[in-house]
Amino acid sequence: MADYTYVDRPGRPAAFWGLLALGAFFLLAAFAAFLDFEHHGHIVSGMDNQIVWGVPHVFAVFLIVAASGVLNVASIGTVFGKLPYKPHAPLSGLLALALLAGGLAVVAADLGRPDRLIVAMTHFNFKSIFAINMLFYSGFFAIVAAYLVTLMERSLKPYARPLGFLAFFWRLALTTATGSIFGFLVARSAYGSAIMAPMFIIYSFAYGLAIFLVAQAAMAAWSGGRPDAATLARMKNLLAVFVGAALYFTAVMHLTSLYFAKQAAYERFILLDGGVHTLMFWLGQVGVGGVLPLVLLLAPGSCGRRVVVASLLVVLGGLAQMWVTIIGGQAWPLEIFPGYRVSSSFQDGVINPYAPTLGEFALGFGGFALAFVITLIAVRVLRFQPQGAAAGAGSED
Amino acid sequence: MSEPIEPTRRAGDEAQAETGGNRAAPLHSRRDFIAATAAAVAGLGLAPGIRLVEVAAAKPDDEPASAKVRWGMLIDTTRCQTGCDACVSACNKENHLGETRNPRTDAQWIRKIDLTEEQTGQSLSLPMLCQHCDNAPCVDVCPTGASFKRADGIVLVDRHICIGCRYCMMACPYKARSFVHEPHEDQNPLVPRGQGTVESCTLCVHRLDRGGTPACVEACAGEGHHAMLFGDLNDPQSAIARRLREVKSTEVRADLKLGTAIRYEGL
Amino acid sequence: MSAAAPAAALPRPPAAGLRATQAGASRRGMLRLLLSLAAALLCLPGSLTAHAAESGRTPLPAIEIANPGQCVEPKDVIRRDHMKFLRHQRDLTMHEGIRTKKYSLNECVSCHASKKTGSVLGEGGFCQNCHDYAAVRPDCWDCHQPRVQPAAKGRADAATADLLQAMQRGRGGAETKP
Repeated sequence: MADYTYVDRPGRPAAFWGLLALGAFFLLAAFAAFLDFEHHGHIVSGMDNQIVWGVPHVFAVFLIVAASGVLNVASIGTVFGKLPYKPHAPLSGLLALALLAGGLAVVAADLGRPDRLIVAMTHFNFKSIFAINMLFYSGFFAIVAAYLVTLMERSLKPYARPLGFLAFFWRLALTTATGSIFGFLVARSAYGSAIMAPMFIIYSFAYGLAIFLVAQAAMAAWSGGRPDAATLARMKNLLAVFVGAALYFTAVMHLTSLYFAKQAAYERFILLDGGVHTLMFWLGQVGVGGVLPLVLLLAPGSCGRRVVVASLLVVLGGLAQMWVTIIGGQAWPLEIFPGYRVSSSFQDGVINPYAPTLGEFALGFGGFALAFVITLIAVRVLRFQPQGAAAGAGSED
Repeated sequence: MSEPIEPTRRAGDEAQAETGGNRAAPLHSRRDFIAATAAAVAGLGLAPGIRLVEVAAAKPDDEPASAKVRWGMLIDTTRCQTGCDACVSACNKENHLGETRNPRTDAQWIRKIDLTEEQTGQSLSLPMLCQHCDNAPCVDVCPTGASFKRADGIVLVDRHICIGCRYCMMACPYKARSFVHEPHEDQNPLVPRGQGTVESCTLCVHRLDRGGTPACVEACAGEGHHAMLFGDLNDPQSAIARRLREVKSTEVRADLKLGTAIRYEGL
Repeated sequence: MSAAAPAAALPRPPAAGLRATQAGASRRGMLRLLLSLAAALLCLPGSLTAHAAESGRTPLPAIEIANPGQCVEPKDVIRRDHMKFLRHQRDLTMHEGIRTKKYSLNECVSCHASKKTGSVLGEGGFCQNCHDYAAVRPDCWDCHQPRVQPAAKGRADAATADLLQAMQRGRGGAETKP
C-alpha cells in the first residue's frame, strides 16, 4: 500500500484569511441578491413567465451535478480498489458535500417563497421527481458525511468500504434523478427524453473530476507542493475519457432528435440560428468544454498546468451546457398547437428573449462561493491534503 | 351553430342552465332532501333527468366538493371571435389580476390565441386556460403537493404550501400557469394571491362552490357569442355532456393523454 | 418594534420566584425560581396579554373592536387557538371546497376591520396590533385581503351580485332578494 500522510494546516494564515474574505465577498453579494428577490419579487430578475428558470438554476444544477461527479475519485479508490486514488478520497468526499451545499443553497435562495423551505422538507409528493431529489440530496449528505468520517478516522476504517459502495450507488441514483428533472418534462421539445438521465451521469463524471483537479492543484500550490505525477497522469486520462463520452452523448442526443421531424425545428434553433444559445452550444459546450480540453489533455508532453487549464475549460463548458439545456430549452416556444402558426399576449409561438440580471449571477456565483468557503475552512482545520513521503509530514501529530 | 340545442339555455343564465334550467321548480326542496339524508330516495322520486350530482352545482357550504362531478368546458372555436377578449377581461376583473401591463411577468390565467393552420391558411381564435387535466403534469411534478386536483376535477395551487419553485410551469404543456412576480394588495377576498407563488385558472372555484359559473363563460355569453359551454361532464343530462356526445371535440395535445376537462370544438 | 414584548412579559413570574429565594435562599428556592422562569417562558404566548395587563408597565396593544359582540369562540379560546382554527379551515376550504363561514378568515376581517381604515392591518388594525405586540408575523396578508372590500358597491360588485344571485337560486327560487 502507498505510504502517505496528510498535511496539517497547509498554507500561510494570511493566504487563508485573504481567500476567506474573497469567498465572503461573493457570499455577501449573493445574500444581497437574495434579499432583493425576496423583497421585490422576481420582477427584479431577468426571469419571467416564459423563462421560469434562469441563470441561478444554471449554476445550481451544475453544482449539484458536479457534486455527485466529484465523489468519483473516492469511489474509484474505495469501490474499485485503485490504490493511487485512495489518498485523495477525503478531499473528494469533502468537495462533494461542499458543492452540493452550494447548489442547493442557490436553488433555495431562488424560490418564490424561500421562507417556506421547511414546507419543502415536511410536505412530500412522492410522485414528484423534484421531491425525490430532495430525499436523495439529504441522503447524499448523510452518507457522504459518514463515509468521510470513516475515511479520516483510522479506527472506523473497516466501515469505509461498505459506505463507499453505498455512496457510489447513491450518487448514481442521485444524478439519474437530477437528469430526470428535465427528462420528465414531456411537453417540451428540448426535454422529455430518456437519454437525459444517463447523459447527466456522464456530464457529472466530467464536471466533478474537473473540479477535483482544480481544487487539488490549488491546494498543492497553497502548501507549496505538487500532486504526485503518476496519479495526475491517470486522472488526466480519465478526464479525457469523460469529456469524450460527454461529447458522444451530446452528439447522440442531437442526432436522434434530428431524426424526429417534430424536433427538427428545435434542433435547427439550437444548432444553427439560436443566437446566444447556438453560440453557447458550439463555442461553449462543444468548443471550450469539449474539443479544447480534449486537445490539451491528449496532446503529448508534460501535464501539470495544462491539466488545470483543461479542467477549468471543462467547468466553463459545463456551465455553457447547462445554459443550453435549461435556458435554450425554454427559449424555444412550447408547441401547443402542432401545425399552426400562433400568436397571443402570452408570447405563444415566439422565441423567448432572456436578459439575466446581475443579481442572478450574484446568486449563482454565491453557490460557488459557498462551496469554496466550506472547502477552504475544512481544508484549513482538518487534514485533507495527502503527502507522498511518510517522513517528516504530519510531525505535529 | 346550426343545431337547435335549446339556444335559450345557452343564451340564458348558465348557472341556471346547469343547475336545472327549466327544472327550477324542484330546486327549492333539494337541499332539504339532502339535509334529511333522504337524498337517494328523493332522487328516485323526482322527475326524470334530475340527478343528485347536480346538487353539487349549488352545494351547501359545509359539503365537500364531490367526485361525482367533473367540471368541464367545451369551447366552440367557430363561435369564438377573433379580436374579442371579453373572457380575458372578465377573468382579470373577477380575480383582480389587473390589466396586463407587462405581458412577460404579469399573470394571465386565460389568454386569446390566434391560430393559422400552416398547410391551409385556415385561421381561428380561441381562449387558452388551464385545461384541468385528469392526469395533470403540474400535480405530478409539484414537490410539496401544492398543485393538486380537487375531487371535482379542478386543478388548483394550494398557495399555503407552494414554495415557488416553478417546476409546474416547466411541466405544463399549455403554459397555463403564471408566477406572481411582484407583491399585490388588491386581492378579491375570495381569490387570495400573492408574491412568490404560482397560480392559474381556478375555474372560478369560489363562484362554483356557491352555484355560480366561471366569469369568462358568463362574459362570453354576455357578448352574445356563447362560445364557452360550462357544466358537469359526468352528468349525462347536462348541456355540455349532451353537446359533447353530438359534436366532434378535441383535447389540445391529445397525444399526451392528459384527459383535459376543457375541450375544443372546430379545431 | 415588537422585540420588547417577551422581555416585557417576563417580570411578574420571576418576581414571585425571587421572593421565595429571599425567604429560604435554599436549593428549593432556586428550584422554584427556575421552575417559575420555565413556566413563564412556557405560557408566554398564551398569557402575554394577561401578564402585561397586570404588570401595568408595558404598553398594551390598543385593541379596538369595531363590531362588539360575540366571537365564534370564547375569548380565551380564540386568543390562544385562532391560528389552529384558521389553519384547519384553510385546508378544508382549499382542498375540499368547504366554505362554512364560522372560521373563515374573511369573516374575521368583516367583523374586526377598523371602522376608520377598513382594514385589520395598519394603525389600530386588530390583527397587526396584537401580532406586533406578540412579535409574531403571520403571512396571511401576503395573499389575503386585509380590508373589508367595498364589494357591495365597488368593482367586484358585478361578480358578487352574480354570486349572491346564484346562491339565492341554490336556496330556491321562491325566496325574495337580499
